[in-house]
Amino acid sequence: MTRDEVRGAILDILSEIAPDENIESIDDNRKLRDQMDLDSMDFLDIVMELRKRFNIEVPEKDYEHLATMSGCIAYLQPLMLKKQVAN
Amino acid sequence: MAYDVAIIGAGLSGLAAGIRLALFDKKVVLIERHTEIGGLNSFYSRKHRTFDVGLHAMTNFSPRGARNTPLGKILKQLRFRHEDFRLCPQETSEIRFPGKSLRFTNDFEFLTQEVAEQFPDQLDGFLKLSARIREYDEISLENRSWISARRVMEEFLSDPLLIDMLFCPLAYYGNAREEDMEFYQFVIMFKSIFLEGFSKPLGGMHYILHLLADKYRALGGELILGNGVESLCVENSRVTALQLEGGQAIEASAVLSSMGYLETLRRCSPAPPQATEAAPGKMSFMESIFVLDREPRELGFDRSIVFFCTRPRFEYRVPGELVDVTSGVLCCPNNFRFPEPLPEGILRLTHQANFELWDRLPRKEYIAAKKECRARGLAELATFFPDFSDSVVFIDSFTPKTIHKYTGHIHGAVYGCPDKVKNGVTPVKNLFICGTDQGFLGIIGATLSGISMANFHVLQGHR
Ligand SMILES: Cc1cc2nc3c(=O)[nH]c(=O)nc-3n(C[C@H](O)[C@H](O)[C@H](O)COP(=O)(O)OP(=O)(O)OC[C@H]3O[C@@H](n4cnc5c(N)ncnc54)[C@H](O)[C@@H]3O)c2cc1C
Repeated sequence: MTRDEVRGAILDILSEIAPDENIESIDDNRKLRDQMDLDSMDFLDIVMELRKRFNIEVPEKDYEHLATMSGCIAYLQPLMLKKQVAN
Repeated sequence: MAYDVAIIGAGLSGLAAGIRLALFDKKVVLIERHTEIGGLNSFYSRKHRTFDVGLHAMTNFSPRGARNTPLGKILKQLRFRHEDFRLCPQETSEIRFPGKSLRFTNDFEFLTQEVAEQFPDQLDGFLKLSARIREYDEISLENRSWISARRVMEEFLSDPLLIDMLFCPLAYYGNAREEDMEFYQFVIMFKSIFLEGFSKPLGGMHYILHLLADKYRALGGELILGNGVESLCVENSRVTALQLEGGQAIEASAVLSSMGYLETLRRCSPAPPQATEAAPGKMSFMESIFVLDREPRELGFDRSIVFFCTRPRFEYRVPGELVDVTSGVLCCPNNFRFPEPLPEGILRLTHQANFELWDRLPRKEYIAAKKECRARGLAELATFFPDFSDSVVFIDSFTPKTIHKYTGHIHGAVYGCPDKVKNGVTPVKNLFICGTDQGFLGIIGATLSGISMANFHVLQGHR
């Protein structure tokens, strides 16, 4: 997956868990929580969706990597690549 | 057949927990004793009319876009849009006591203004009390030590009448305990009624319940209706199987139960000692539904809901007689902002009632007592409100005995045990409580409870 594809996949998840939010205007370097009013229940959903869609497990100690969009991409892209290779 | 999770009870909490788990591909089964879903908040038909059992109003109304309110949280966690619930907000409600009345709407400023006018010397305390309530984290799942809500109110307010008036609606809509209320419960109820407010879904509970059940099924969840859980087989402090009334056994790695804390423990085999140690709840109600031949507004009933007390002091406890008609709730479903007027005028009248006295009556006397109590309720109401008895075309009443029959709650206790199990944990390791006895009450509360317990104990796996 390219960087853009990973970004797209994350946007997909965000629009599923927060259908009323405007995700077009997300600033990759600001905290998602501040831009979209996400709480801990939402982060659980992001993690659950990653498991469901990509079979990726994010342990609780790594949640901090998901704070911003660029953090998500940096953390997830290598994991997604690994899955692709495995498949 | 082995499941990841079995949920006991297809009320609001069970359905919500089921959706959450099915959403993340858990193999889940919901087991409901009745042939209909809904539990405490179901619906029934009499003479071609469908009535909601529990629904006066949905508390916790918040507008579209509010994501961190309880309603906002359940919508996003269950993946619904605000408009899916088709909520129609209230007009104006009222707390009516001898010589004083406080009106309130879904705008908290309105109530504040009423307090300023009716109780000017209490306004400062009222504002401080509401600030304290706003900043309180009532949905934390930690068990904290008991704080008396009345004591906290007395810290801020000196007029016992205002204390009673604020306490009355919160007690009626969510207090399992006699006389007093635990402060965090009070905060939940205060926010849900005064800071957020009332609405009704277009199509009633029937609509909401089917919306949830359809989503649950579409996600692959299984639903067993008309077959209750007879017992939970326990070995080494773990549930190994659920024995159903129909004879089948169901195996699951975890069990969420919405049938009540004691009710669940008492069905465990063998039952843990806690099953007889904790005190069951006692607060129950009688309610009558009056169908009218005209709009209630034409008869002088223009409020959405009125909480009233005809005596100077309000009491919330099991009455010493069948019903206590000197306080109650009068709900008028017509006075909500529905896009079209409802087909008929309806008034619902609720009073505190005594389960044991009702339960003792033989069949014939039970029916006569229902009639007699209803008449007393109406006579008392007429001292405070216009008389509407000439416009009634159909009446139905239910009592604590009915509630007991349909919910299985000990004593017909609508709000379950006074001591809640906030983290849902029981002495049995893979058995968790959700719904009424977990402590988030009402329609939105029970739904949030099912979601929180599914998240906490299954999806996040805090064991
Ligand atoms: C008269 C009345 C009026 C109310 N008015 C309002 C209102 O206006 N607004 C509001 O917000 N809330 C109201 N409530 C409260 C609201 O209905 C409840 O808080 C909510 O429905 C509780 O949901 P629950 O899932 O916790 O429990 P329940 O709805 O009780 O669900 C438990 C389910 O478990 C099932 N069950 C029990 N034993 C077994 C067994 N052995 N095996 C299988 N299944 C079993 C029951 O049949 C039931 O379906 C009212 C309640 C009542 C009774």
